[in-house]
Amino acid sequence: MLDILPDVDRWRADGQRVAVATVIRTVGSSPRPLGSKMAVSDAGSIAGSVSGGCIEGAVIEEAQSVLEDGLPKRLSYGISDEQAWSVGLTCGGEVEVLVERIDG
Amino acid sequence: MGFESLRRSLLAGERVVMFTRADGAGLGARMLVWPDGRAEGALGEANLDQEALTLATAETLPATGLRAIEGVEVFVETFEPLPQLFIVGAVHVAVHLVHFARRLGFRAVVVDARSAFATAERFPHADELVVEWPADYLARVPLHANTYCVFLTHDEKLDNPALQVVLEAGVRYVGALGSSRTHAKRVAALREAGLADELIDGIHAPIGLDLGGRKPEEIAMAIAAELVAVRNGRQAAGKR
Repeated sequence: MLDILPDVDRWRADGQRVAVATVIRTVGSSPRPLGSKMAVSDAGSIAGSVSGGCIEGAVIEEAQSVLEDGLPKRLSYGISDEQAWSVGLTCGGEVEVLVERIDG
Repeated sequence: MGFESLRRSLLAGERVVMFTRADGAGLGARMLVWPDGRAEGALGEANLDQEALTLATAETLPATGLRAIEGVEVFVETFEPLPQLFIVGAVHVAVHLVHFARRLGFRAVVVDARSAFATAERFPHADELVVEWPADYLARVPLHANTYCVFLTHDEKLDNPALQVVLEAGVRYVGALGSSRTHAKRVAALREAGLADELIDGIHAPIGLDLGGRKPEEIAMAIAAELVAVRNGRQAAGKR
């Protein structure tokens, strides 16, 4: 969390809306430990990471609707997931991410 | 989402546990609990809130991860204060070590009595820069099991009394720069001062993992690598 804080502070000071994605569950080998975070702003900036780069694109896309309507989302990625072909984890693990908008 | 409170706590280096509902019904509901029992927010059910309070005020704080509380899936996140690194000696290696250490998640404090070295110009990136006799300073700040100390002054008048302070306090890591001859002299002096051999043996010397480097930035990286190894339990803390 501390790693993304300077960026998040700057974006919010600029009046941007910010969503934060957190790794809440991992199975098998996963590139980032539980609690790892990525912040996404509505201006398209990103900070931090939730994987080794394999699911970031998909999470950023999902984050747009969270930024829009403020409703949190729980997302799963991994070999057992139907999206495996598009955004599967190269390491073969599974990861779940919670995305929420910072409101207060 | 309690972001401001969490932010303030993290920047102040406080311990705090954050509970976030991960189930469909209450997804995103959040509660922050501090170990002293202060709480903010709610998970939406009184028995959940009560259980969160109990978990976050227990002697052993919960590990970060999903957990079923009263049958509800909750993501529990325990935030610990940053490990602190005291760098004794505002030398060239220290300039680089501050960079690495901060990037690696340590709070880096530089201490030196020599005001010519310990300048804000050289250490704009340090979390704190202290111009004081290291032994005096270290004797009055809290040292704990999450404290790392690195001695780089090349000056036994500055190093040795301060070494004694941190070794007796029982910190997580003590490392001292110098050749094996310098270290032998240091060991003799600490023995002379009455320090027990078990404590003296805890000094990491030669300091740092063996990366074969001699440049200040390479030595700094070797030290930083050793700090990470100790933090991750790869080397017995206090023993090379």
